[in-house]
Amino acid sequence: MSHRSDSAGGGLYPEEWSRPTAFRNRWVRLGVYLSVLAFFVYSIWEIRVTPDRLLVGIEGARTLLSSMFPPDFGLSFEGGGISVERNAELIRTGVVESLGMSVVATVVGVLVSVPIAFMAAENMVPRPVYYVGRVVVSVSRAFHVLVVAIIAVVAVGFGPLAGTLAMVFSTPGFFAKLLAEDLEDIDRTELDAIRSTGASRTQVILYGVVPQVLPRVIGLTIYRWDINIRAATIIGIVGAGGIGSTLYSSFQRYEYDFSLAIVLVIVAIVMVGEGVSAYARRRVQ
Amino acid sequence: MLHVTELSKTYPTGDEALKEVSMEVDGDETLAIIGPSGAGKSTLIACINRLVEPTSGTVVLDGTEITALSGSRLRAARREMGMIFQEYGLVDRLTVMENVLSGRLGYVSNWQAFRRNFPADDVRMAYETLDRVGLGGFEDQRADELSGGQRQRVGIARAILQQPKILLVDEPTSSLDPETSRTVMELLTEIASEEGIPVLINIHEIGLAVEYADRIVGLADGRLVFEGSPAELDEGSMDLIYRDGEAAEESESTPDRPEAVGDVPST
Ligand SMILES: Nc1ncnc2c1ncn2[C@@H]1O[C@H](COP(=O)(O)OP(=O)(O)OP(=O)(O)O)[C@@H](O)[C@H]1O
Ligand SMILES: [Mg+2]
Repeated sequence: MSHRSDSAGGGLYPEEWSRPTAFRNRWVRLGVYLSVLAFFVYSIWEIRVTPDRLLVGIEGARTLLSSMFPPDFGLSFEGGGISVERNAELIRTGVVESLGMSVVATVVGVLVSVPIAFMAAENMVPRPVYYVGRVVVSVSRAFHVLVVAIIAVVAVGFGPLAGTLAMVFSTPGFFAKLLAEDLEDIDRTELDAIRSTGASRTQVILYGVVPQVLPRVIGLTIYRWDINIRAATIIGIVGAGGIGSTLYSSFQRYEYDFSLAIVLVIVAIVMVGEGVSAYARRRVQ
Repeated sequence: MLHVTELSKTYPTGDEALKEVSMEVDGDETLAIIGPSGAGKSTLIACINRLVEPTSGTVVLDGTEITALSGSRLRAARREMGMIFQEYGLVDRLTVMENVLSGRLGYVSNWQAFRRNFPADDVRMAYETLDRVGLGGFEDQRADELSGGQRQRVGIARAILQQPKILLVDEPTSSLDPETSRTVMELLTEIASEEGIPVLINIHEIGLAVEYADRIVGLADGRLVFEGSPAELDEGSMDLIYRDGEAAEESESTPDRPEAVGDVPST
C-alpha cells in the first residue's frame, strides 16, 4: 500500500531495488558475518590443528587400525569345527541384553506414551491437562538419551535397568508428540456419529478414535523399537548395560581387535533392525 | 413427540446460528427443513441430540426434557434418536458390520464393545437391517470401500439399529447423484412409516423436500420463517426463505434458487 504514495508525487518511481534481507540493514548483516568468521577462526585456534599434530594423529590411527585387524569374534575354525571362546560369549550376552533392553523399553515406553499423547492433543482434553501433556513431551525431548542414561546410572546403578529406564524416559518425546499430532487431525464427524448413538466416552474412543489412529500407533511403535535398538547398542558406554558396555571395556583393556568385532556386530544389528522396521512399517500403512 | 421451544444457539465465534426456533414433530410424519446455506439447519439438528450444546431453549422428546439431562442420562436419551449424517458419518476403517452394530453401543458395556461381543439379538437385527437396506453380504467390507449411496445406507442401517423414536437426518443426499438421492429418500420415508416414527430432515433440494415431505419448515438466518405443507410453499414463501438468506449470504444462496425451483415436480 505504501508504494502508492511514492508514485503519487509526479509519477517518479525509485530506480534502485535491493532484495529485502533477514537482517535489519547492511551494517547488522556485516556485523553478523564478521562475528561468525571470528568465531570460526577462534575455534580453529582453540583445537590447535597443527601439521605436527595431524601427523601424530595419523600415526596413532594407523597403529590403532593395524591392531584392530583381524577382528576377533572369539570364534576359531580348526579342523572343520567351530570353537567358541570367551569373546564370542561376551558378544552374545551383550547382544541379547541390548535386544532385551530395546524390547522392554519399547513396550513400556509406548504404554506410557499413549496416555501422554492424549493429554498432549488439543482436541482431546481440557486446556490445563493439555499444557501438562505438552510439558511432559518437551521435557522428554529436551534430554538426549545418553544424558538421561548417565543420570539413570547414578540413580539405579550400572546395568541394563538404567539403560531401559533412559529409553523409556525418552520415548514420549518422540512417540507422544507424533501421535498427538495425529489425534489432533482425526475426523470429528466420525466421533460425532459414534457419540450420537449414545455411546460412552470409552466407547467413543474405542470406535471413533482408535480405528483412526491404530495404524499410526503400530507404525510408530515399530519405528521407536528401531530407534531403541540403536540406542541400546551404544548406551552401555556410560555403564547402562548392553553390548555398548562390552565395547567400552574392550577399549579399556586395549583389545582393539575385539572392539572392531563388536562394532561390526553393532552395525549388523542396526542394519537388520532398520530393514525389518522399514518393511513392517510399509506393511502396516 | 418432539417439542422444540425457543431454541437458540450462539457459537463462541459470535455466530447466532439459531434464534428462538420453536417447532413440533409428531406421529410418523416426514418434516423437511429447508433454507439457504448457513441458515442453521445443521445446528438445529445437532442441538436436538446435543452434539452441539444449545445456548437457551428446550428440547423435549416423548416427555423427556433432553436439554435438562447430562452424563449417562443424556447418553440414554441419545439412543432414542437415530442420526444420519451429510458425509455419512461412518468410521472408515471399521467394517460395515461394526459401523451398523455401533448403533447398539448405548446398550452394551465397554468391555463388550471392545471385544465386538454384541448380544445375539443385535447381531441378528444387524444382518436383517443390512438386508433391508440392500446391503446383504457387505458386512465384512470396510466402510471406505463402499460407494456414496452404499455408505449412506450403512448410515441408515446404523440409525435403525438404535430402534429410535425419531430420525434426525442432516442433508442425506447432498453428496449423492439425483438417482441415488431418490433411493435414499424413499428408503428413509419407507422406514419412517414402517417403524411408525417421525423423520426430521435437512434438505438442500427443494424438489426432494416437496416430493417426500409431509410438512416443510423454512429457516433463514437462524429464524423459522415458514411452516406449512408442500402445497403451501409458493413463490412468496420461497422469497421469504431465500431472500432473507440472501441478505446475510448474498453470493451463496443466489445460485441455489433457479436450480431448486427447477427441481419442483409439476404434479
Ligand atoms: N462449529 C461452529 N463454530 C462456529 N460457527 C459455526 C459452527 N458451525 C456452524 N457455525 C455457523 O453457524 C451458522 C449456521 O451454520 P449451519 O451449519 O447450522 O448452517 P446450515 O444451514 O446447515 O448450512 P449448510 O446448508 O451450508 O449446511 C453459520 O453461520 C456457520 O458459520
Ligand atoms: Mg448443514
